[in-house]
Order: sequence, then structure tokens, then C-alpha cells
Amino acid sequence: MRTSPNLLDSKIPEGPLESKWTNYRSTVPLVNPANKRNLEIIIVGSGLAGASAASSLAELGYKVKVFCFQDSPRRAHSIAAQGGINAAKNYQNDGDSTYRLFYDTIKGGDYRAREGNVYRLAEVSANIIDQCVALGVPFAREYGGLLSNRSFGGTQVQRTFYAAGQTGQQLLLGAYSGLQRQVGLGTVKMYSRHEMLDVVVIDGKARGIIARNLVTGEIERHAGHAVLLCTGGYGNVFFLSTNAMGSNVTAAWKAHKKGALFGNPCFTQIHPTCIPVSGDHQSKLTLMSESLRNDGRIWVPKKAGDTRKPNEIPEEERDYYLERRYPAFGNLVPRDVASRAAKERCDAGFGVGASKMAVYLDYAAAIERYGKIQANKLNETNASKDRIIALGKDVVKEKYGNLFEMYEKITGENPYEVPMRIYPAVHYTMGGLWVDYELQTTVPGLYALGEANFSDHGANRLGASALMQGLADGYFVIPYTIGSYLNTQIREKLVSTDHAAFEEAEKSVKDTINNLINNKGSKTVDHFHKRLGKIMWDKCGMARNEQGLKEAIQEIRQLREEFWKEVRVPGSANEMNPELEKAGRVADFLELGELMCIDALNRNESCGGHFREEFQTEEGEALRDDAKYSYVAAWEYKGNGNYDLHKEDLKYERIKVSARSYK
Amino acid sequence: MNLTLKIWRQKNSKEAGNFHTYQVPDISPDMSFLEMFDVLNERLIEKGEEPIAFDHDCREGICGMCSMYINGQPHGPWKGTTTCQLHMRAFKDGDTITVEPWRAKAFPVIKDLVVDRSAFDKIQAAGGFISVNTGNAQDANNIPVPKDDADKAFAAAACIGCGACVAACKNSSAMLYVSAKVSQFALLPQGRVERTERVLNMVREMDVQGFGNCTNTGSCEAECPKEISLENIATMNREYLMANLKK
Repeated sequence: MRTSPNLLDSKIPEGPLESKWTNYRSTVPLVNPANKRNLEIIIVGSGLAGASAASSLAELGYKVKVFCFQDSPRRAHSIAAQGGINAAKNYQNDGDSTYRLFYDTIKGGDYRAREGNVYRLAEVSANIIDQCVALGVPFAREYGGLLSNRSFGGTQVQRTFYAAGQTGQQLLLGAYSGLQRQVGLGTVKMYSRHEMLDVVVIDGKARGIIARNLVTGEIERHAGHAVLLCTGGYGNVFFLSTNAMGSNVTAAWKAHKKGALFGNPCFTQIHPTCIPVSGDHQSKLTLMSESLRNDGRIWVPKKAGDTRKPNEIPEEERDYYLERRYPAFGNLVPRDVASRAAKERCDAGFGVGASKMAVYLDYAAAIERYGKIQANKLNETNASKDRIIALGKDVVKEKYGNLFEMYEKITGENPYEVPMRIYPAVHYTMGGLWVDYELQTTVPGLYALGEANFSDHGANRLGASALMQGLADGYFVIPYTIGSYLNTQIREKLVSTDHAAFEEAEKSVKDTINNLINNKGSKTVDHFHKRLGKIMWDKCGMARNEQGLKEAIQEIRQLREEFWKEVRVPGSANEMNPELEKAGRVADFLELGELMCIDALNRNESCGGHFREEFQTEEGEALRDDAKYSYVAAWEYKGNGNYDLHKEDLKYERIKVSARSYK
Repeated sequence: MNLTLKIWRQKNSKEAGNFHTYQVPDISPDMSFLEMFDVLNERLIEKGEEPIAFDHDCREGICGMCSMYINGQPHGPWKGTTTCQLHMRAFKDGDTITVEPWRAKAFPVIKDLVVDRSAFDKIQAAGGFISVNTGNAQDANNIPVPKDDADKAFAAAACIGCGACVAACKNSSAMLYVSAKVSQFALLPQGRVERTERVLNMVREMDVQGFGNCTNTGSCEAECPKEISLENIATMNREYLMANLKK
């Protein structure tokens, strides 16, 4: 590893924080409508960022092509987001403001995000809700017909808009409807069941992609004036995560190898409330929405190794450890804090369930509280305890019913009767392709939006902020910022796909595929993926240390070598071949995993989701080192496991950087 | 658990398919149905055989990608449950389980259990939207919506587009799917502006795509993993009638 001089220009506009975005929008060069018709934009990924960018850019007049690996753009993993989307509307009159959302996000990210980007995010958040409602997204409403809100972790206001436990689904279907409208109008051409396998770079600029048709196996060339990667995060490097089975890093990783720097790869989010692992067969982990922490109380027995059933443990023998340690925020501390606290209790021997790697999320108190309120509403002053419980269950069912049902299907236990067992799981990656204020990577013409970029969440993302960022980038940022590049491209004809760079990129893609198919080794792709996941979880997961990270780097290198010798991919390249798709993705994870460990090893501090055991306070809280590490680590690929580090210093002009406390 | 699986194998859309029988021992009742398939596929690859292709992604019952017809029921025996959320405790040791792809003219088989559902996207592109460009919206609370209407619109919008309704229907009708979208927008003030065009265009495209007619057997509702209500079909029929009267 070498450290290079700072070559990164974040392009944050000058001037006061509140007017940066307004001034930028008023001065950014425009592309006239006649020229827009001649400019083609390739968008990879059809989740919230990709779908919203595609419809917005097509509405402006650009020609757009969208690629997704699923059978329909509506299936992108944004669909699985449960709890909600933040916006600084202050509809609840509880003191919310753009500044407060900005402040909460910077603090939640443990002071490792850019002020300029985050302020813009908070500014456009209110427009997102307006846009979604106009598109017919059925958010939850109050009896007066106006929108309802709830709380999420790391905030003391109610600014989260939601649609039961299916907010991501409703937002994505809204964005998808806008996308399909453009498909119908012929302004967007949709390529479903296609996977991007390389970016084509000519004279330093992104000019197209190589994609594989997943039905026929055909390798296709597509040229564009700009390429937008909206391909989500890389949590599946851990094998087990809350991501969809197909979620992968391939598009971002190929871009990285073509010159796009990768920012803060070690910043991963471990979500505190997921259904615990039940056995070796497990293929993925399921999240129980953070919104459950609005009403649920998290506890473990006060006695280590207590084997009694939860309902047999009396109140005074329970340790509500989040309420005990963090009285100001209680069960609604941010995710990184809640996850570490659960791990601490389980490691200390207080865990519950068969594996002892779980804590309780208990709804008994909430059911009783809601039951009493409901009984009062119904004028049932002498309601029996059973009646109150029954009424309370109905209220809880309306708020969280689908989550409770999902829990029961997976575990076979009824969470209305016994507390849920939960444990942290990999959920989101704050790291991603480094982008400037315009969402452009270090390769001109190549952009990264949504979870695929690194930009807004620092070292820890707050709940309900991923949906906000994906839609902000797609609806309200990229339509403006892309003009700053495309106005310089109006004289450029679309590059011919016969260009030597396309030829070369296609050949390299085909060579990789043929290597995988012809390898005929003895072990399956999943075999390697599971081993990689275990290394990452044990040594680059919720807690990391120098020795473990150094070991992990060696182990991953060996595993990678073994993969290329021993992997077996059945079938051929010229047909639908899911094993081949997986193999290509795991090959990329095997490289990314090493970079994550290198990044974690470099960052000799603890911040947000990155917890280095050597750097903690006496109470076990993360200990930052602002003097040395107040920067974005952006890694440049140098081939064969070599990377150069570029640092983007973080400057805080408005916020006073201080220890992050939720006590 | 030890199981016998009879699974539809079909190399591609052109060749004919048939059932293959597999013995699948040592399955845990805690596995999901798709995890059982993962185990079977790992064993097939280790034996040098071709694994079974099937669609799946989120494995949380929300993306709508999984699509198996299990023992004669789309998504198998549990009510209101997708294949990915179906768990093996739904079966008994020694059971024989038959697994087929969705069968419908509008959903041609691509390979094994994978079908092409792009017809659904085409119906959406014909009218399943509100024509509002980014940046035009007024403040969200300027459009109050009665809670009851909002709740009903949400219940309709919960459709995951998996196609179980089509697979369950003897006519391969897509009425439940299409009506869910038509109802969602018909219930909301934002959606009413385009209601006439929307229902006419979506129904026309549904016919073009080769879906069958609705004969009110209700099997779509019974098999829908998200329990989308038949009332939506009644709403759509009303919308369609009104639209035709206006035309």
C-alpha cells in the first residue's frame, strides 16, 4: 500500500452551507433540449436510485437505457426496505428542520460524511415526499387524511414517512411506475435479465458497457455518453446478509478496476434487529424493521446462562441494557451502537435462545400500553387484562403485522405471545465508489448513485435514510449535475461499438467466463462464498483488530487462489446459467473483501460501524481519532491486490465535531 | 426429513420438458423451501449434474421473483406465503413434492422453473402510472386522502407482481394483477385524473399479451401470497364500464 498525494476534488460549491445547492443549480451549465435528444445515458440498476434517475432524465429528453439482472425492474432490492423514509417536513410540529436532519445525519455518521452533500440531502428530502405522493405512493395517513410519521434511531423527532412495513416496496413501485411510463413512451429502453460485466473507458472517459444477456448468454456492447451505476451495496461479501441473493458488487468493482476510486470500503452497517441464524443451511438473514424499536423493548436476563423461558423471568431480573446504558435515546440508539451492545451482552454470556447468540425484542409492554389507550377510546373503563391485551394486539398488528407474520413463518414462534429473538446482521454498506458533489466518480462520465456511492452516511447510516438518499440522487441531484459534464459532450457522436476499447473489454469478459466454465474444479461457488463470508464476519465484522485483519488478508488471498484452481461451474456460457452468474460475482467479492480489510487495517480508530477493538473508551464506546483520520479513504486499484490510498480531508465549517453521545 | 421431489426440467424455451425425480435426504424442517433447493443443487453440482434453474432474489417475500407451482398450488400449501417464505415444516418426512413452473401462454418457460413474466411490465407501461414529471409536485399534505381510502389503496398496492394469480387461474387471467393497480390509483385523488385512459389501456394491453378472461372462480385471490382482494376486480370492472360509457 502506498499513500498518494490528494488528487481528489470534491467540487463542493463555495459559499454558505444553506445556499451551496441553490447557487449550484442556478449556475450549472445546461444542455438545450435539442442536444439532449442526441445524448444517450446508460443506467445500471433499477432500484430507487436507478429507476428515479431513469424516469427523471428521460423526462428531460435524454435517451436512456436501463439494465437490471432481475426479470423486471420492479424487483430491485430497494423493494425490501421496510421501515420508512426520512424527510424534514416538520409536519409533527416537533422542532424538525433541514438543519436538524443534516445535523442528525452527520452525527449519526460519526463525523465522517461531507457537510455539503448531507445538507443538500436534507434540503431535497421534503421534495421527495411530495414527488412520491404525486406518483400515488400510499403512505400511512392519520384520520384527518394527512400523512403520518414515526421515529427511527438516532433522532428525537418524528420525521419518518412509511407504508406499514413495506415502505421500500411502495416507493420502488412508485419509481417503477414512472420508469414504465417512459418505457411506454419509448424514451427508456429496458434491458431486464442483463448483467453489466465491464465499463468501457476511452481516452479516460466512460463510453459504454459490456453486458451479458442472462437468458441467452450473449455478450452485448452498449455505447453511451455517460454511465450511471445505481447498483446498490456489497453486503453479500459476508455471504449471509439481509441483501437479496443476487445483490453484488460486480458493476462497482469493474468500474473500480477501470479507474474509479473506492471510498471507505470498510464502513459496513450491521443492523441490530435481524432474525438469528438457525443453521448451516441458511442462505440469507431477514431483517426485522428498526421501526420495531419504537415500541419494542430489548433485554437479556440479568443472570448469565439463564435457561428459563422469557415469560418466566420476572421484570426485576431482566436487563434492558439499551435503556440502562443510553437513557436519552434508549431503544432508539443508532444501529451501530445497538448492534455492538447486543454483541457485548452475548459475548459476555447473557445471550438467549438455543445458540445463545440472540437477545429479546419484547412487545408485551407495548401491547398492554396500546390496549389501555384503545380501551379508553372505546370507553371500556373496566376492561379486563385479557381484553386489554387483545385490543393491544390489534393495534400492534395494524402497525407491524406483516413483520410479525414474517417472523412467525421463519421461526415458527408467535411473537405476540413470546418475545422475538434477534441478533445483528450485515445490512448496508456506507462505503462505495468515491464520487464528488456531482455524483461523478474519478472516471469522467461515470457516475454512482444511491448505496453504490460512498457519499452521505459517513461511518454509519441512520435508519430510513437509504431510501431518502437513493431517491434524492435519482430525482433531484443527477438531473442537474449531469449537465455539467454532458454540456461538454454535445459535439461528441456516440462512440461506435466497433471501437477497439469495446473489442478489448468484450474479450476480457469472455476470457473470464471461459476460465470459470472450463475450470472444472471440485468445489461449488457457494462453498467459496461461505468461506469468504466467515472470514469477513469473524475478522472484519462488528469488531476488528489489527491481528485479525492481517490474518484475514492472507486468508482471502489464499482463498482467491484456491477459487481459481478449484471452482466448478456447471453448464455452458451460452445459456441461462445461474451458477456462472454467481461465480463471477464471488470472484469480485474475493477481491473486494481484501480491500475492505486493508481499509479497516489502515483506519486506526473506531468510528460508526467500524469498530477497532484497540480503540475504545473505558465504557466500550467507539473512540475516534479526528486528528489523524478525519478523511475519506479513497483507494485506487493498481492491479494484483495493490492499492494506493488517496485522502479527501473532511472539513467541518458548520458543525462542531465532538464525541458522539446518545447517553 | 427425507423427501422425493418431482421437478420439471426443461433445457430452454424451444425444447420439450419433462419431470425428473430426485431423492432429497437430510432436510431440516427449519429450512425454507428455496434453501432445500439450494441443498439439492449443491448435491447435483457435486455429482456433475446440472442444477435446477429457478427464480428467486430477496427471499423475504417481497420482490415477487420466486415462482414455483408446488403440489398443484402456486407458492405451495401455506396461505398468504411466497415460495421463499414457505418452510419445510409444512411437509412431512417421506413426502413426495411435485414442482412445476407457472403455466400460462403469456408466461413462456425460459428454463426449468424460470418463466418470462415481462408481459406484466408491458401492462404497466401501457397505463399503470400517474403522469407526473419530477419536480412538479405540490406539498404532499395539500392532497388529503381519507385514511380508509389510503389503507385500501395500500392493500391493493401490496401486490408483488409474482404472477401466482395467473398461474392459479384456469383461464390464465391477469385480472387480479391488473385490477390491483387500477384500484390503487382509482382510490386516490392523484390517480383519478387519468382513470379513463388508464383502465382502457391496461385492459387492452392485457388482452394483447395473451392473458385469458376472468370467469370469477376466485382462485387468484385464494392463492395470492399477498392476499390481494377480489374486490379489486369489481372495482376495475366498474372503472372499465364507466370508461367505456365516457368514450
